[in-house]
Amino acid sequence: MSVTDFWTPFELNSFLNALFIGLSIASIWLIAAVGLTIIYGTMGVINMAHGELIMLGAYTTYVLQTFFYIPFLLCLPLVFIIVSIFGLFIERTIIRRLYNRPLDTLLATWGLSLILIQGVRVIFGTAPKYVSIPSWLNFQVSLGFLHLPGFRLFIILATAALIFATWYIAYRTTWGIRVRAVMADPDMASSFGIDSNRIYSITFAYGAGLAGVAGALFGGLKTLLPDMGSGYIVEAFLVVVVGGTQLLGSIFSSIILGELASIFSYFTNDTFARFVLFTLIVIFLRFRPQGLITEGMKRR
Amino acid sequence: MTITRRSLIKRSSALALALSTPAIFRPSSARAQPWISKNGTIKLGVLFSQSGPLAVVENDSTQVVLFAIDEINANGGVAGMQVEPVVIDAKSDVKVYSEKISQLILSDRVISTIGGYTSASRRAVAPFVMARDHLFYYPTCYEGRECTQNVICTGPLANQHSQDLIPFMVQNFGKRVYFVGSNYIWPKESNKVARVWLEKVGGEVLGEDYVPIGGSEFAPIFNKIRQANPDFIFSTLIGDSDVAMHKQFLSEGFKADKMPIASLTTGEIEVRAMGAEAGAGHFLSAPYFQALDTPTNNRFVEKYLGSKYGGGGVTHYNMEETYLAVYFWKAGLEKALAQTGDIEAITPRMIRDASGGVTIGDEISPEGKVWIDPDNFNMWLRPKIGQCQGDGQFKIIKVADQHVGPNPFEIYPDRGVCKADGLHTPAGAIQKGVL
Repeated sequence: MSVTDFWTPFELNSFLNALFIGLSIASIWLIAAVGLTIIYGTMGVINMAHGELIMLGAYTTYVLQTFFYIPFLLCLPLVFIIVSIFGLFIERTIIRRLYNRPLDTLLATWGLSLILIQGVRVIFGTAPKYVSIPSWLNFQVSLGFLHLPGFRLFIILATAALIFATWYIAYRTTWGIRVRAVMADPDMASSFGIDSNRIYSITFAYGAGLAGVAGALFGGLKTLLPDMGSGYIVEAFLVVVVGGTQLLGSIFSSIILGELASIFSYFTNDTFARFVLFTLIVIFLRFRPQGLITEGMKRR
Repeated sequence: MTITRRSLIKRSSALALALSTPAIFRPSSARAQPWISKNGTIKLGVLFSQSGPLAVVENDSTQVVLFAIDEINANGGVAGMQVEPVVIDAKSDVKVYSEKISQLILSDRVISTIGGYTSASRRAVAPFVMARDHLFYYPTCYEGRECTQNVICTGPLANQHSQDLIPFMVQNFGKRVYFVGSNYIWPKESNKVARVWLEKVGGEVLGEDYVPIGGSEFAPIFNKIRQANPDFIFSTLIGDSDVAMHKQFLSEGFKADKMPIASLTTGEIEVRAMGAEAGAGHFLSAPYFQALDTPTNNRFVEKYLGSKYGGGGVTHYNMEETYLAVYFWKAGLEKALAQTGDIEAITPRMIRDASGGVTIGDEISPEGKVWIDPDNFNMWLRPKIGQCQGDGQFKIIKVADQHVGPNPFEIYPDRGVCKADGLHTPAGAIQKGVL
């Protein structure tokens, strides 16, 4: 194998396109991670079943499309509602009983993920399922150097919209102020009359709903299988760990990781890109274990 | 007596030897308990993935084995005995393959096992099969370069498909090729072989990329493909990733008539999964296509799709090779029985040794007459090239004039020649169990 086989020769247009692909990868990673960030940031719950919530979102879309003939765009809000109701249910039945016991939550949510995988396998069988994307998204953006499939552009826009909505809720509504108060100090927040249990429930439901929408979007990219969630959970955790537990941190880390993944795989290949990326993450975490952006100090 | 360090080492190694001794004698003690007991059924292991990224293909493998066993049992079984499948889900995980093969051999005591779709799984299973001198049927295409005494393969080797496909593509589309594959041994080895065929016809490899099994992110690769602008893409992607790549090929705006994908794996089942639109125009080299118009195949397609196992809706090369594996196993077992006369005396290895030269004729084999090579225990077959059409079926464009024999060491002539008793090296030695 000669050197030129390994290194792709540099070409400006393709490289610029690789940057756009990086953005597209970043949007996928970010939307997979954002629910996890919110749940972990607010509640300190490491939700191992997050990938399975994504999977449920994808399967819900499949069911809505196949059995109820609901158009894809309408599926997105419906999936959000359905998966958040499910999230609310598991928060009330399982997670609530395990606050202040982080290790037990880890085990419980992992167990839950296995239950969900098997449950879906029992109901839908192991044969792969597919979500069909509307034909008007089957276009290509070709502007000079830029080549991007329409559906990927749609995912970038959808991610941006969801992130904006989340930011708006967290920083521009009373509920958001309460959530941030609970994040900063649950006991102090309660003493001001904020029902932190209620905040936790709704936050968990919201995070689950976001995972569901992520799943609905991924359904257009990937085959639906009961264990598809495990493929996203690693990337989602990487984004959260590198970014720190804040929304802004996740945005930065997903863009950095997505771009690095795309640039490395442009110059070398996909396999080597992963290797380099994971190595860099390990080195980064050695020097900054708290991640890119961390919570501000508690004011006492 | 004091224990010095030296005496401890001596004694502990003696202990280790004593513990390991029963394992050495296990084959002879196993003779006391026959693999097939006269009053029972004949157990056949079925080890495929029913879940995970490989399930796209391997689901049908399990189904077709059960279908073939039903067919055999309905026609009186093997030597008058019923065949009982022991079905295990390998979950697309090589660790599960190696764990479950031991269970099948030691605890279920199957006489043989049919299983696997990836070379990774075959290689996970083979050491355990060889250690027990058992028998494993690997029912799909693979890279060769192996010479074991315990594995029978019923799919094509590199010299039986890509040797045919690469020159065909170069002749019709051009010499500049981009390789894309799943990241494990079979695609890497297949690409190595494909380079050899390509060099022979003056072709050129513009790039070579791999994604993990189950990976579905092809945007960076398509970006590089757009930059390199090859005449065709040679794909060795499998399962889920293969489906994702074809779908993204379409959504990236590439056209099959300008830059077709030449594949060794994209058959009817994958096309069904990705949608005929994404499959149309691309090429596959395989010994079998559903569209093959012979009386046996038409009967097979109709009967299989009409049965309770035919839920997948199509037949494809991998499934047909798996179907043949069951009949090869039956024929091998019957031949071994004819040689010994006592069904309880039959061991897995006897079936393997009896299988050399066993033929399955036009009346059973949907792809036409095939037989097992008596030296390397792969299959003699007729390679075919098909182009996928708008309805998801393949149009058969080229059929080899005659049967092509398997050569597992085609591009490694220095390694030697694979014979029934092992790999005969140029130095005159015989190596057994070459993986």
